[in-house]
Amino acid sequence: MNNVDPVKALQVRFPKGIGDVEERSVSRVYVGVDAGMIRDIAGFMFNNLGARLIIMTALETRAGMEILYHFSFDQLGKIVSLRVVVPMPEPRIDSITPLIDGAEYIEREIRDLFGVEFTGHPNPTRFLLGDDWPEGVYPYRKEHRGKYPYRTEEETAAMRDQILHKGTK
Amino acid sequence: MRTTIPVGPYHPLIEEPELFRVVVEGERVVDIDWRTSYMHRGIEKIAESKTYDQVTFLVERICGICSTSHPIAFCNAVEDLAGVEIPDRAKYIRCIVAELERVHSHLLWLGLAGHYIGYHTIWMWSWKYRELVCDLFERISGNRQSYAMIRPGGVRQDIKPSEYKGIVAALDELEPKINMFIGAVLDDPVILARLRGVGKMSREDAMKRCTVGPVARSAGVDIDIRRDFPYAAYDSVDWKVITQSGGDVMSMAVVRLLECLESVKILRQCIDQIPEGPIVEEIPEVPVGEGIGVEEAPRGECFHYIRSDGTNSPYRLKVRAPTYANLPSFRSRFIGERVADIMIILASIDPCYCCTNRVVRIDDGTSVRALDEKGLLELSWQRTRELDSQHAHLSRRLLEL
Repeated sequence: MNNVDPVKALQVRFPKGIGDVEERSVSRVYVGVDAGMIRDIAGFMFNNLGARLIIMTALETRAGMEILYHFSFDQLGKIVSLRVVVPMPEPRIDSITPLIDGAEYIEREIRDLFGVEFTGHPNPTRFLLGDDWPEGVYPYRKEHRGKYPYRTEEETAAMRDQILHKGTK
Repeated sequence: MRTTIPVGPYHPLIEEPELFRVVVEGERVVDIDWRTSYMHRGIEKIAESKTYDQVTFLVERICGICSTSHPIAFCNAVEDLAGVEIPDRAKYIRCIVAELERVHSHLLWLGLAGHYIGYHTIWMWSWKYRELVCDLFERISGNRQSYAMIRPGGVRQDIKPSEYKGIVAALDELEPKINMFIGAVLDDPVILARLRGVGKMSREDAMKRCTVGPVARSAGVDIDIRRDFPYAAYDSVDWKVITQSGGDVMSMAVVRLLECLESVKILRQCIDQIPEGPIVEEIPEVPVGEGIGVEEAPRGECFHYIRSDGTNSPYRLKVRAPTYANLPSFRSRFIGERVADIMIILASIDPCYCCTNRVVRIDDGTSVRALDEKGLLELSWQRTRELDSQHAHLSRRLLEL
């Protein structure tokens, strides 16, 4: 929007919510952010500073579930990634979709694959995983070792019988 | 009365599985819902068990059309992480491969768009001239698709100086054809009637929905990763970002066609300016940390994020393909449109569902017989030999003259 340094603007506007700032290069900045204030801060970045949400990344660390919000300032040639850590085993954070439409699908994807609950998401339903995928199994977590618990042969056979003979018995 | 029309998951006009539930009232669309991942392969997860060198090949198989964009974005991320600057010659070679790919991808889109609106002349024409680019790729890299040219720290194969002439000759042949398409598309009353004002999106909506690439540029959002986050050799050549203000399907066609011309301009400069020197800067080891790589794919910004724990494979790789960012814009662009225009609006963002799902798709297409590895290689060698002999014949003819 204008040529102010976005990180400085964040620090002025949110003196409490901003943690470590790691400037790896001119175009890559990582900013630690208080998880409780993510909606305000992301909304400020998007609406007031004119940033574009590229995508969000979730990954497991020893400290908990880390979520990165990658914002791009295209006019400045700068990517600012907000870093939030939420405690395991039940990660939960405010959804930013009510403020930023572009976050709707990636929040649903992270919910499917990592089991992060986004409170206030307008449509918290399955997006990537199939409808027959069991609840509480998150394939992208490190503990998940490539065993994909689809229905067993017997369960599938029983289901097929039920569908085929519906109304005939 | 409201009716839901399912488009997909398997639809004759969508080449990949994807489900759109389109809610209509009479002839007009009132809502649309999107469901994806019918072919999810978990490439991000697989990458965690591969070395950095192997992941380059893995991400190359995310998409069959823009197969060089993902490796470039991935290698940009690795180089950002390791703090490595690649040699100048490698930068130019990356630029040449990426721009050739943009031309062939845009021509592919133009053909598909013609196919969707039932204008098969455009389809046949544009795919005919796209072959020029595919042949060029085969001569440079040995493959029509999935060129395996990119590696962390530089490029895997050099472009020989003896090949420059062939590239320039192909560009000389291609440029008038692109100009012909621009004339044909912009002047054709049938195409104008089908594309103008269809699937319109305002600049505000484009920004609100975080769209990227030609979709954003057609609505007047002036972003291009090649200019905003320069990588490869884009900061050393002269070119301009194409924007339009309409935001409709027509504007997208114009943006893509004019971008083809810009690509040809970039390619000519690259061939002129390419320096001698090494093509790779070895990366001794990948440090602990994180890196972000972005690349302007034909469809828009391609984004890779790597977290490294100091081992030789990434701890986490996140990929965001451009279609993922552009699909949500359907919400803005479908409401109020006619059922007949659904397909062309779906096609207008040049969707690449495989990118979104991150899967491999192998489609022989012409026959049902099984081809083993050796057979496929033999086919590829044969084709390269044919092209080489044609080229040699042509060179001899030129010498005789």
